[in-house]
Amino acid sequence: MKKNQLMEKAIHGLFLVLGLITVGCVLLITVYLVISGIPAIREIGLIDFLFGKEWASTASEPKYGILPFILTSIYGTTGAILIGVPVGFMTAVYLSKLASPKVKSVMQSAVSLLAGISSVVYGLVGMLVLVLGIRKFFDVPDGASLLAAIIVLAIMILPSIIKMSVTALDAVPKEYEDASLALGATPIETYFKVSVPAAKSGIAAAVVLGVGRAIGEAMAVMMVAGNVPNMPDSLFQSVRFLTTAVSSEMAYSSGLQQQALFSIALVLFLFIMLINATLNFFLKREKE
Amino acid sequence: MSMITVKDMCLWYGDHQALHHINIEIPEKSITAFIGPSGCGKSTFLKTLNRMNDLIPGVKITGDIRYEGTDIFSREVDVNNLRKKIGMVFQKPNPFPMSIYDNIAYGPRTHGITNKVQLDEIVESALRGAAIWDEVKDRLKKNALGMSGGQQQRLCIARALAVQPKILLMDEPTSALDPISTSRIEELVMELKEKYTIVMVTHNMQQAVRVSDYTAFFLLGELVEFGKTDDSFSQPQDKRTEDYITGRFG
Ligand SMILES: Nc1ncnc2c1ncn2[C@@H]1O[C@H](COP(=O)(O)OP(=O)(O)OP(=O)(O)O)[C@@H](O)[C@H]1O
Ligand SMILES: [Mg+2]
Repeated sequence: MKKNQLMEKAIHGLFLVLGLITVGCVLLITVYLVISGIPAIREIGLIDFLFGKEWASTASEPKYGILPFILTSIYGTTGAILIGVPVGFMTAVYLSKLASPKVKSVMQSAVSLLAGISSVVYGLVGMLVLVLGIRKFFDVPDGASLLAAIIVLAIMILPSIIKMSVTALDAVPKEYEDASLALGATPIETYFKVSVPAAKSGIAAAVVLGVGRAIGEAMAVMMVAGNVPNMPDSLFQSVRFLTTAVSSEMAYSSGLQQQALFSIALVLFLFIMLINATLNFFLKREKE
Repeated sequence: MSMITVKDMCLWYGDHQALHHINIEIPEKSITAFIGPSGCGKSTFLKTLNRMNDLIPGVKITGDIRYEGTDIFSREVDVNNLRKKIGMVFQKPNPFPMSIYDNIAYGPRTHGITNKVQLDEIVESALRGAAIWDEVKDRLKKNALGMSGGQQQRLCIARALAVQPKILLMDEPTSALDPISTSRIEELVMELKEKYTIVMVTHNMQQAVRVSDYTAFFLLGELVEFGKTDDSFSQPQDKRTEDYITGRFG
């Protein structure tokens, strides 16, 4: 009896420690990012840093303005959402409500596969197909552009949007749909007027999750966006994202340049925290 | 006059035959109760009448069902219009997760009514028809899920009335309710038969006696007996009906 209790306690303790490790990691990253991100912002000045239009970290008179990266990340994410959400949402409605069980299972495994593909593969295919395609189709000197990044991101966020929306739509009680059909509404009317509104918090959460995915993606956009720190004035501009701004210079940076990269990471981190808070808000509402 | 005429109707779920050669004529502006032990096919038969069974894969139906003389399975029949005419109230109250007003307005809106004044009128008269207007008139914009179970069920009845059906099919509409809510619904149903034809599945023998004009007794997918409620209960024609209503099995 005593031994059993001891065992219980030991296991309880072990799980607690494992849990604390996770929490510890998050705390450590937060603290580290804040500590190492602040000095450069102090030195450059918050306004100049956030709203400076020019990034020239290796010039003899270096400039550390990250507005191009911030705008690129915002535009890129918005663009990906504008394409990915309607496509993903319609796919989810189809899969959850209209598809036969066979089609549903085939398509769902395809979606899972899409989710499992590593982002470097997306980047590679994007480079070979999309970048070349854009150059030919729009007759621009370089296809590596904001547009290419938007399309790649839109495809990359599809799986999470589809999966979460399908889960939310599947969870809509059949009674609601029956009631609607029994009133003489057609199935399509029923899905859009009853099922979708009933699943709206889940679908909203899916969208926010997609935003998080898109803003955090680095590898694929580095490969297809051209990775030049331009202001994103046009869809065909070669641009650099917040994520890739950090990753492309980190290896050879030093001094203030390196500190500025940490500051960029801090800005990105704050964006992602904001998105996560939004996501939690929707998920909580879903539960209620 | 009969509202619905069923001739030699059989129904299969895949290989399993759930209904055998049903013949019945459901009289207009009266209450017909379906009784019988669990699993005998009452719900199945009820759902066949407004073609809600169409939605279940693997269902096969033979025979003839006529609503006001037209074959409900014929090509000319618009199933959505049929369901509008033959409304349904479910066992578990199932209001939409929307406001009380939107619940009632849902059906009329679906059928193309967008005029606000007209919708207001329909909502009020449907809620009055379901004897719930006084309880909810001050909170039409509140979510329907915040009402009591009995109120929700009357709301569902009002929602069905809002599309002006001819027939109301009710599948054990009071089985999830307390005795007071149950008797309110029973009273309501008896008022509604002035205007509507009502078919009601019930497990409660007393309820069948209290409210219904006609009773159909189902057993193992067969319609064993159908007649005036008073006759069926006082002098059942079939030995099995007698056994069931006297509680010898079921
Ligand atoms: N969707 C379905 N698929 C396959 N079989 C079904 C389905 N629905 C009902 N059945 C079968 O059909 C028969 C009749 O079922 P039904 O629900 O009509 O009975 P019921 O008389 O309404 O019973 P209860 O009083 O318990 O509600 C049962 O044997 C049941 O198992
Ligand atoms: Mg039933």
